[in-house]
Amino acid sequence: MCRPPRAFRLMSLHDATVERLYREEFGRILATVIRLVGDFDVAEDAVQEAFTAGIEQWPRDGVPANPRAWIISTARHKALDRIRRSTRFAERRDELDRMAELAASSPDTMSDSDLPDERLRLIFTCCHPALAIEAQVALALRTLCGLTTEEIARAFIVPVSTMAQRLVRAKRKIATARIPYEIPPLEVLPERLAAVLAVVYLVFNEGYSSTYGDRIVRADMCAEAIRLGRVVCRLLPESGEARGLLALMLLQDSRRSARMTADGEIILLENQDRTRWNHEQIREGLTLVESALRSGPAGFYTIQGAIAAVHARAPRAADTDWREIEALYALLMRLAPSPVIELNHAVAVAMSSSVELGLQLLESIRVREELDGYYLMWSARADLLRRLGRLNEAADSYRRALELVSTEPERRFLGRRLQEVTPRGRSG
Amino acid sequence: MQYMLLIYHNEKTRLGVEDEAQLMQEYMAFTQDIVKSGKFKAGDRLETTANATTVQVRNGKAIVTDGPFAETKEQLGGYYIVEARDLDEALSIAARVPGAKHGSIEVRPVFQMNR
Repeated sequence: MCRPPRAFRLMSLHDATVERLYREEFGRILATVIRLVGDFDVAEDAVQEAFTAGIEQWPRDGVPANPRAWIISTARHKALDRIRRSTRFAERRDELDRMAELAASSPDTMSDSDLPDERLRLIFTCCHPALAIEAQVALALRTLCGLTTEEIARAFIVPVSTMAQRLVRAKRKIATARIPYEIPPLEVLPERLAAVLAVVYLVFNEGYSSTYGDRIVRADMCAEAIRLGRVVCRLLPESGEARGLLALMLLQDSRRSARMTADGEIILLENQDRTRWNHEQIREGLTLVESALRSGPAGFYTIQGAIAAVHARAPRAADTDWREIEALYALLMRLAPSPVIELNHAVAVAMSSSVELGLQLLESIRVREELDGYYLMWSARADLLRRLGRLNEAADSYRRALELVSTEPERRFLGRRLQEVTPRGRSG
Repeated sequence: MQYMLLIYHNEKTRLGVEDEAQLMQEYMAFTQDIVKSGKFKAGDRLETTANATTVQVRNGKAIVTDGPFAETKEQLGGYYIVEARDLDEALSIAARVPGAKHGSIEVRPVFQMNR
């Protein structure tokens, strides 16, 4: 379903079948092999080896009728070999018995519909709360998307050795602490699903919100997150929140090519050329939001998706229904209270009612000092003060924001704003 | 598979007589329950860290010091060893330990020689 690692891309330039299979099926194949073999690590290596074997053999011998079943069968044989060779052979008796059983029914003749989609188990295992959140994200990208350790390390700007160790530790804990490979029982499913959605959204935000690092890899992260979101929706069609999250990601991502100039300067939502938004993605996102809203009480992601939908529906910035956005943030404040959501609500009030009232709300948040280290609070405050003509105070707030901001395009943007509110002749 | 549930709590928090009796009652009920379901392997309450002594052997010499090995905000006050199918089952047993409401339960897989 995701992108093949570079090595595969180079080797398989003339073999679209392997590439497509890797991209679309890696997660599903790995999930199946993990269940057959009962060991994350062994399964992962075996699947890689099976793909390599496919690259070597298919151009010579022809592509098998059912490539996925071929890869699964080959991976299973390779895993079996590996387990046989391993010194821990004796302790794996029951696994071998299980495999012998499975060997009796040859998957080479299985049709696609006979192979159940095992990815849901894999998703829940990767996003188990017993694993650190960074490990959950890395595992999901490695196993479900088939990204290489190098690619994940590059996307998160950590050394490859750090990422490799993170993955090894996580897989070791899955085996040692026996984190189950199964779909959680109904009574804990909602909270476990919330953890899965959080991981998917974290991957998305890694790609969307950050402007540092390898821009191309990071744009890919958005695409990976959207693909993961689609998988979760397909596997759990009754989950409104899963649809809400997919909608939120599609709607945010639809603005991607409109939110930066060619030389990497930020373009605010109100100034974006809306014809450059991805309208196909918007249509899909809007449909998903509506269906998520209909499916029961709206959750955290669905409401945020609904907010993104209000922006997406406005042909021009001036047409934005800020009252609706204000109401949605009010709903979000009740559902998941946080100072950041209060801040967004205050900004929406400034847009829908009056700047004074919005600023008043913002000041009531600011005095609690919880957001003192959050540059967006200072830049939002500066913006409201600027609109009220209180330029000196605005300049002070822009300076506070500049002290805290970490990415270059945002720093340049705030610098320009600071200059606008600073009288000529004074330094900005 | 066996897991050890280490029960940490703040020793300085003193419970009233009634609350203490109530907690004991809950522990008895919980222990009986996991004994009945066959999950119980072992379990004990420990005396406070004021009664702890730490031994270290260095260069063949035993060094004995008063108190626990490490000063922590919450102290080990007891443990269970339970049999569970997987981590999720161990976690759900841990969540039922009465002390989980006040303190923390650390869940550790027991080392298996032939994994």
